[in-house]
Amino acid sequence: MPEAKEKKSVTVPPASPPPAALGKIDEGSQVSRRSFFSWLSIGWIAFVAATGGFFTMMLRFFFPNVLFEPVQTFRAGYPEDYQAGEVDLRWKGKYGTWIVRDGEGIYALSTVCTHLGCTPNWLAAEQKFKCPCHGSGFRKTGINFEGPAPRPLERFRIVLADDGQIIVDKTKKFQQEKGQWGDPEAFLKV
Amino acid sequence: MEAFKHLIDTLSKPTILVSFTFIIFFFVFPPTDWFEKWHKKLKFDGLWSVKSFWIITALLVGFFVTGLSDPDFRSIMLKPDNVPIAGLIFLVFFFTWLSMHQAYNNDKLIDAGKPVDEQYDAPNDKVLVWPDLVYIELITIILFSAFMLVWSIGLPAPLEEPANPSESPNPAKAPWYFLGLQEMLVYFDPWMAGVVLPSLIIVGLMAIPYLDNNKEGSGYYSFKNRKLSIAIFMFGWLVLWNLLIVIGTVLRGPNWNFFGPFEFWDSHKIEALTNINLSEFVYVKWLSTGLPGNILIREIWGMILLLGYFMILPPLLAKTWLKNLFERLGVARYSLFIVLILAALTLPIKMYLRWMFNLKYIISIPEYFFNF
Repeated sequence: MPEAKEKKSVTVPPASPPPAALGKIDEGSQVSRRSFFSWLSIGWIAFVAATGGFFTMMLRFFFPNVLFEPVQTFRAGYPEDYQAGEVDLRWKGKYGTWIVRDGEGIYALSTVCTHLGCTPNWLAAEQKFKCPCHGSGFRKTGINFEGPAPRPLERFRIVLADDGQIIVDKTKKFQQEKGQWGDPEAFLKV
Repeated sequence: MEAFKHLIDTLSKPTILVSFTFIIFFFVFPPTDWFEKWHKKLKFDGLWSVKSFWIITALLVGFFVTGLSDPDFRSIMLKPDNVPIAGLIFLVFFFTWLSMHQAYNNDKLIDAGKPVDEQYDAPNDKVLVWPDLVYIELITIILFSAFMLVWSIGLPAPLEEPANPSESPNPAKAPWYFLGLQEMLVYFDPWMAGVVLPSLIIVGLMAIPYLDNNKEGSGYYSFKNRKLSIAIFMFGWLVLWNLLIVIGTVLRGPNWNFFGPFEFWDSHKIEALTNINLSEFVYVKWLSTGLPGNILIREIWGMILLLGYFMILPPLLAKTWLKNLFERLGVARYSLFIVLILAALTLPIKMYLRWMFNLKYIISIPEYFFNF
């Protein structure tokens, strides 16, 4: 600290309240030790009950009576409806699913980017899914190859119903990094 | 004009722009005596004079005004969401200049043995709360409210179609003040860039008063007494926060590709961005053996690298480059300081590794949601 920074000191008289300001202590209304503690306990119990009630109600909000969620299983038409080599976008808006048919069969890809959950766009010219949020890119198979996405897109369970229609079941997911894409229900051979 | 635009677009390539900023930064805010020597030789100390202020402001205004004749630049800068960014560029420059101007002034006063500007001269420095302070506050409230009213009428928030989870806008940008964090998310796992690193920023800022045991420059602006602290803070604030916001606003376009400020936002721009992890570099590119099945063997190199970075580098630095700092701070302060600094430096390091080598993750264990 340079000498120049010295401050002029201001002397403040020591604080002592004038006796009149303290007032008289009223002997009759003095709280005894016992009653103080009982009031304290009542106060704490009321506080805990109120906060507890509040948090219980808040917790209850996490379990609604009715959930308005779209159905998780849907019929996606017949295998003939899908052309080999095409990424089908018709279920993207309603069910969040891309249905892709390659030379051997059909698989259902989730439209949720594995980085932070945006919906990538299918770029047909570049033959890739590209996420507009952080630039993650996925091949037609769902394998991640560019941007920050740490793992491939998830695939849904896909089977044929008795009437020959495709059933996509979103409740069952198959993750490539866990070696689940080899599962017979992750891929529909046609 | 076209050549100028092309030059700006070329200079805006992330590698060039960020490298240039990193190099120039430490000569503008010299953290050590060696940098300060060059700071003076290169005449950067003239940057905080009143004349420089007007020159730089005129250059900035000139750049924006001429730039607005370009339709691509105009569409970015005049988008109502992005107008605050143009304001931010001017405001950040103004307040940086103002504080540094005062600091350099005080440094001169201290050298001359005179009291600094902020010296409190009681009781002559006293002003009354009413009317002096309250009056200023009242006028500020009125002017600011009027300004906000005019702004919100002139550039209203856009009313867009209802949100649709299956259609993300392209590019999908965070609110402008979060664009630095969004840029960070490009280089890290969401857990890291979304939770761990932002928490570290807050913890680091809270730790400053405990880490900084330099009593000089307390209560008044001064640069020469706290070069290192100011350089570190300014690096985090100006480069890792504001520059990334500007990059996110101006340079990020459709599909989150990089575009120059005068470049057309082509949503079919092809960029080779095929990224691979360190394990793939080691086992596929260099050893040509294919990835081992065992996760631990696969990721051992990244773990060694990361452990070395956070466990071996700090004591090494304490013995060499940062010897004086280590002695001044002591073990506890130094450890916290160096871990925070190294954690902050992972961002520029990972940005470069991504741009230069397409490296995605140093440790990548998607099986257990751990990626670094």
